[in-house]
Amino acid sequence: MTIETVDTQPKPNLLNDPKFRAIAAQIVVVVLFVSFVAYIISNTAVNLEKLGIKAGFEFLGLQAGFMPTSPNFNLTDFDVNKDTHMDVFWLGLVNTLLIAVLGIIAATIVGFVFGVLRLSKNPLVNFVAAAYIEGVRNIPLLLQILVWYFGVLLALPIVKQSINMGDLVFLNNRYLVAPAPIFEDGFGFVTIAFIIGIVATFFLARWAHKRQDTTGQQFPIFYSALGLIIGFPILVLLAMGVPLNWNIPELKGFNFVGGVQITSQLTALFLALTFYTGSFIAENVRAGILAVSHGQTEAAYALGLRPNRTMSLIVIPQAMRVVVPPVTSQYLNLTKNSSLAIAIGYPDIVNVFMGISLNQTGKAIEIIGMTMGVYLTISLLISMFMNWYNKRVALVER
Amino acid sequence: MKALKLLAATAALAVVSTAASAATLDDVKKKGFIQCGVTTGLVGFASPDDKGVWKGFDVDFCRAMSAAIFGDPMKVKFTPTTGKTRFTALASGEIDVLARNTTWTMSRDTDLGFEFIGVNYYDGQGFMIRKSLGVKSATELNGASVCIQTGTTTELNLADYFRTNKMSFTPVVVEDAAEARQNYDKGACDVYTTDRSGLAAQRSVLSEPDAHMVLPEIISKEPLGPLVRHGDNAWGDLARWTLNVLISAEELGVTMGNADSMKTANNPEIKRMLGTEGDLGAMLGLGKDWGYNILKAVGNYSEVYERNIGTKTAVNLARGVNALWNQGGILYSAPLR
Ligand SMILES: N[C@@H](CCC(=O)N[C@@H](CS)C(=O)NCC(=O)O)C(=O)O
Repeated sequence: MTIETVDTQPKPNLLNDPKFRAIAAQIVVVVLFVSFVAYIISNTAVNLEKLGIKAGFEFLGLQAGFMPTSPNFNLTDFDVNKDTHMDVFWLGLVNTLLIAVLGIIAATIVGFVFGVLRLSKNPLVNFVAAAYIEGVRNIPLLLQILVWYFGVLLALPIVKQSINMGDLVFLNNRYLVAPAPIFEDGFGFVTIAFIIGIVATFFLARWAHKRQDTTGQQFPIFYSALGLIIGFPILVLLAMGVPLNWNIPELKGFNFVGGVQITSQLTALFLALTFYTGSFIAENVRAGILAVSHGQTEAAYALGLRPNRTMSLIVIPQAMRVVVPPVTSQYLNLTKNSSLAIAIGYPDIVNVFMGISLNQTGKAIEIIGMTMGVYLTISLLISMFMNWYNKRVALVER
Repeated sequence: MKALKLLAATAALAVVSTAASAATLDDVKKKGFIQCGVTTGLVGFASPDDKGVWKGFDVDFCRAMSAAIFGDPMKVKFTPTTGKTRFTALASGEIDVLARNTTWTMSRDTDLGFEFIGVNYYDGQGFMIRKSLGVKSATELNGASVCIQTGTTTELNLADYFRTNKMSFTPVVVEDAAEARQNYDKGACDVYTTDRSGLAAQRSVLSEPDAHMVLPEIISKEPLGPLVRHGDNAWGDLARWTLNVLISAEELGVTMGNADSMKTANNPEIKRMLGTEGDLGAMLGLGKDWGYNILKAVGNYSEVYERNIGTKTAVNLARGVNALWNQGGILYSAPLR
């Protein structure tokens, strides 16, 4: 065996130089990738040309000519008499955001509650939580949506036999309808009072926190907040002579007229998404709590903290670090899964824009591109927000 | 390795994207069957029976084409399509012909790039409603919830009709015929709107057909017919003349039962159709007996009609405007010569 010294080593072949190979391989891959993309684009263009399909976004300005949603569940005031495919896009987007936001809030609550219950020492509670989580998590979402809609909501009484709650709220298999508030002159002051209440609470909480840090004295922040955010606006409301009226629903002909309607499609989709995603979040929460070392709890007990406070002050804040990243991806899933709306006719963007508008105009590339853009944007925004939040709850090393 | 995979993928894509442009008849002959797009299940028009064999008025059109090409009506594979998926399926080459109660409209013919080869059922849009609601006319439908299938002409007609009559409605949008039935049956909508032939078919499979009625108004023209892609005229011709043979045979009194004896009939037009005189089949790239094969397989238009949707079936549609031109209808075939 000989040991080669540096100066006797022969000049290595360029092809055997790992650095050169790495760079060369990357260049080749980039070139191939770029030409692949270019090929797809030109191939699409050529094929569209061959089929005689003209690409372009002019169709967005054309009148849609169909009614994408119920006149009583019409968040963007869509008007069949003049609105365009662009308005269909906005309507779909708003409905997608609505179901995503509602679903995320509710799934988070359900997930946290069941995640904590799953760790309960009471065997019955534990069993119920486990049964829910394992049952719901392992059934396909589409099936659950269909069961909620066709099995549960459509099984409610028909319109003529609506369940009447005090002549104000009515429930049937098409919708839940409740009185709608009509704001009259002067209601603006109540809104202002509400905002003042929130801002004041924020500063009060900061002050109370500081005081507790320095003096150890506690301040009844919860009741003060309640008074500021709810009590204060109510006082203003009464002082203004209650400038508020109600539009009470009434059965006229085929359907109820007036009030606000929550459609069965929305309810079914909301329930399915909430419980499905909630079951995954529950598992994330359980994992997060288990990840906090038991020593932390014991230490808290040793300091004399009661179990509830230990949970909320010691365990949960530390668990959050573990919980946030997987929960983010559940939020993203929920948003994307909301496109299953089409199965029951909830007017989300995939249903009305990528469905009806696409079919009536045939502009597949443009419409699918725009819809993909929407989901990409929503997903990136959620990710960005959760990254920011994750940084805040992350362990600060001293 | 990565690069190689990418290259292979690119090559595969190039092959796939060029494959679709060859002549359809050659492709069909090579693969040995026609891929035919139909509904996902509409009794009488296209639905699988309890043995999984597709049956129906539109199905028989594809069987007739199969008989013309292969001399065998069973050389068809069916692709169920919804109102929304049908055009993509045809444009992408997934199916060779679409026979799915599709309305011939200008934009489908031009903008979407298709070719309607004729009309096999003249129809119009109507409304079906529960008798117990006591509604006698569509003008009384203000405020109603309406079940409607997405991706159809009926979606636009409905909005137009309610707009011109200054009425409002709540759309209950469904994807396919089965979902429409379920929603309508459970009262999620008061009214179900689609082609009147579709209503008759759907009504026949509701839980209580007699509890429902079709309102008198016809709010649109819906000429339903089979269609193919733009750009392959020979294939379009084959489909068009298959339909014309069905209609001509009814005009000439040729049926499944008498096709054999008619071969020697003393009528040159019949002889041309059945291939005992001249050679019309060659003009389409088919054998001499293509017309004979069609009739032996499915019968003439009247036989196809009566067997699937006629007054003796559950769908129970009278011929009406779909009778021959010389019998009070508007059905008419160009001459076979
Ligand atoms: N003729 C209309 C409507 C045709 C249509 O989709 N009809 C429905 C309602 S009867 C149908 O056939 N559905 C069967 C299915 O969804 O498979 C069109 O071409 O747009």
